[in-house]
Amino acid sequence: MVPLWWPIVLGVVLFVIGAAGVLLRRNILVVLMSLELLLNSVNINFIAFGHYYGDLRGQIFAIFVIAITAAEVAVALGILVALVRNKSTLKVDDVTMMKG
Amino acid sequence: MAQGFFLLFAAASVIAALTVVLARNPVHSALALMACFLQISAIFVLLEAPLLAVIQIFVYVGAIMVLFVFVIMMIDVREAVLQRFLPGGNLPALVLLVLLGVEMLVLVLWSDRFSVTEPVAMRSGDQIRQLSTTLFTDYLLPFEAASVILLVAVVGAIVLAQKEPR
Repeated sequence: MVPLWWPIVLGVVLFVIGAAGVLLRRNILVVLMSLELLLNSVNINFIAFGHYYGDLRGQIFAIFVIAITAAEVAVALGILVALVRNKSTLKVDDVTMMKG
Repeated sequence: MAQGFFLLFAAASVIAALTVVLARNPVHSALALMACFLQISAIFVLLEAPLLAVIQIFVYVGAIMVLFVFVIMMIDVREAVLQRFLPGGNLPALVLLVLLGVEMLVLVLWSDRFSVTEPVAMRSGDQIRQLSTTLFTDYLLPFEAASVILLVAVVGAIVLAQKEPR
C-alpha cells in the first residue's frame, strides 16, 4: 500500500503550485483556476487522512468543500463577467475599485 | 502495484498543475486543469473513496470546467495572450512560496504520525451507505446550509451577470 505521507506530499506540492499561480499570475482567470487547485490539494489531504484513520468525516468534509467551491466559482465568474463588461480588463492590477 | 499507479497519477497531476500556472493562454490553462482534476479523481479511487471520485468528475470536470471554458469563450482573451506572464519584481512572492513549500515538506517528513503504511480497517459494511447515513444524520445542518449557500450563489451570479444595472 501507499504510505500516508505520499498523498500528503502530493497535497503540499499541488498547494504550493496553486499558491504560485495565485501570487504570480496577473490574469484573473488563471488566478481563479489556481484557487481551484488549492482547494483540490486540501481535498486530497482530507481523503487521505480519512482513509488511513478509518474515519468517514474526511470524505464528508471533502463533499462540503466541493459544494462551496461550486458556489464560489459561480459567483466569481459572475463578478468576472460584470468586470469585463464594465472595465474590459482581465489583469488583477487594473482592478483597484476598492483601492486594495 | 498501487504504489506505481499512485506515482503515475501524482506525476501527471503535478505536470498538469504546472501547465496551469505556466501556460500563457487561459484556454490551455483550463484544459490542463481538467487533466489535473481527472488525475486527482483517479487518486481518490486509489484512496478508496469512489463516491468522491465520481463527484470530482461530475462537479469539477463536468460543471466547473465547462463554466470556465464558457466564460473564456465569452470574453476576449486575446489581450491576455499577448502579454508576458510572470513580470519581473515578483521575487518576494517567489521566496515566500519556496519558504512555504520547504516548511510544509520538512514538517510532514519529520513527523512520525505521517508514516502510517496500512490504513485502519473501515467498519464492516457498505462504505457509501455508511457515508450517506452519516451525511444525512450527523451532518444534516451543514448539508442544508450548503444547499442554501448554493441557492444564494445562483441568485447572486444571475444578478451580477445582468446586462443593465438596476
